[in-house]
Amino acid sequence: MALLTMSGLKKSFGSIEVLRGIDLEINPSEVVGLVGDNGAGKSTLMKSITGVYSLDEGNIRFEDQNITSLAPGDRRARGIEMIYQDLALAPQQDIANNIFLGREPTKKLWGFLPGFVDKNKIDAEALSMIDRLGAQIPSIHVPVGRLSGGQQQTVAIARALTFDPKLVIMDEPTAALAVREVEGVLKLIDQMQNSGIAVILISHRLNDIFAACQRIVVLRRGSVIADLQQEATDMNEVVSYIVGAHG
Amino acid sequence: MNPSEEFVLLSRLHIRLESLIVLIVLSATMAMLSPVFLSVNNLFNIILATATFGVLAIGATFVISSAGLDLSLGSVLGLSSVVGAALVVTLEWPWYFAIIGSLFAGTMAGAVNGFIITRGLVPAFIVTLGMLGIARGLALIISGGRGIYGLPNEILFLGQARPLGVPTPVFILAIVAIISHYILAHTRFGHHTLALGDNEAAAKATGIDISRQRMLLYMLSGLMAGIAGLIFTARVNTGDPTAGLNYELLAITAAIIGGTNLFGGRGSILGTMIGALIMGVLQNGLNLLAVQAYYQQMAIGIVLIAAVWLDQVRDRRRS
Repeated sequence: MALLTMSGLKKSFGSIEVLRGIDLEINPSEVVGLVGDNGAGKSTLMKSITGVYSLDEGNIRFEDQNITSLAPGDRRARGIEMIYQDLALAPQQDIANNIFLGREPTKKLWGFLPGFVDKNKIDAEALSMIDRLGAQIPSIHVPVGRLSGGQQQTVAIARALTFDPKLVIMDEPTAALAVREVEGVLKLIDQMQNSGIAVILISHRLNDIFAACQRIVVLRRGSVIADLQQEATDMNEVVSYIVGAHG
Repeated sequence: MNPSEEFVLLSRLHIRLESLIVLIVLSATMAMLSPVFLSVNNLFNIILATATFGVLAIGATFVISSAGLDLSLGSVLGLSSVVGAALVVTLEWPWYFAIIGSLFAGTMAGAVNGFIITRGLVPAFIVTLGMLGIARGLALIISGGRGIYGLPNEILFLGQARPLGVPTPVFILAIVAIISHYILAHTRFGHHTLALGDNEAAAKATGIDISRQRMLLYMLSGLMAGIAGLIFTARVNTGDPTAGLNYELLAITAAIIGGTNLFGGRGSILGTMIGALIMGVLQNGLNLLAVQAYYQQMAIGIVLIAAVWLDQVRDRRRS
């Protein structure tokens, strides 16, 4: 059974129709590459899955539940995470707080004052997640804005993985990284798949797509125009779909 | 110390070292220039004066650290003062309606601000500037432009009594500040406030309900103006429609020199309290030195601009 099922998704901004009836299924622990030219609708489609955009038409089912009208926070709680291209980090807050942003664990201070954010727990769990990702970070208390691009990427990934997600959407995770850091991200996608997480990878770098994904979906002008198995296709075919030159 | 250690220390204290130094240097200077400055009576004068706009500055801290702005603070203070006094003096309702009325009027004005900002998508700058006019006008209409004198003793206690030798408004400020510090520094509401001010898109993407957050922040700011209005009424035994005129200038300045980032993402109540004390000492010192009130307004304006300017220079050097 599919983990995520999208049927007939439509979305317009003003008079511009960005999604024109998308039907797509994602299976558990499957790594799917999503490619397409600028303006093909990739980001809009992903933000519709996370709930940041609301759809005009169509519905989304996750684990056989209709999630079409759920708020972003509720969808995260069900296991849908997205790592944004701009990383969606709060630059003046520290690494640990960014990882737990929106889901801070609380306790009662001195046993009776309610709603106290359990900073010790946040720090300890954030540190162990950063360690597990093998990242070099000076201190968990550094404001995220002072980290390098690669380190910030790690924080964004740590945030997505801390709450046992079932689906992780990655928007251009390798675009701003050095070659060595790219390898790290690809290895990480592999690990995620092995631990049962489905991944949707958006990237302009077809090398990365072919290295990481079993399935490649091509979006063009708001429609799915190709849904290919990685071993049955090649870069030339994918490129020809992207630019609209195919058959 | 490397930058990260410095940050940890300051964030643990929730205070900016510079503002503490400014407060000490300013106080030392005033003490040298005026022999009266350090007298117990005068120190009480300073914290008593600080108490009213200190509560306003707490409201300003919450809103500004969420990258918002509340220019209506001073006017809402005046409206709250008049509403509380009118219920008890004019309508002769029981004394506690001065408290309920002041806090309710402030919170409602904040709710109107929040509603228009979140639903109408009108910038906070415009909405609260409009409310600055509306609340002041409403205060003048309700009171007929005259002060409403003669509040019951229970209310005067809140402004004029000195339990344990300390003026009641100082107790009120301390309690409000401690609760507010707890909320901003240690609760999810506080974390979400700073995150919203830091990166609105990130706050939204992580599932924070930013409309609700904003709405609550402006209501909280209005509530603070209501508390400040109540203190004002009790101190001068009058529901005064001109109360709190230009106080938004004092409150916002206190928050900024206390270390609140004008563009959001950073703010601390303890820092704001130091900022408020700086403003209190500055005003009091200039009074003792017999500097005309006109020049005092200028001095406060200059401090506000200088504080933001210095902040900008720091940020630019850092990045």
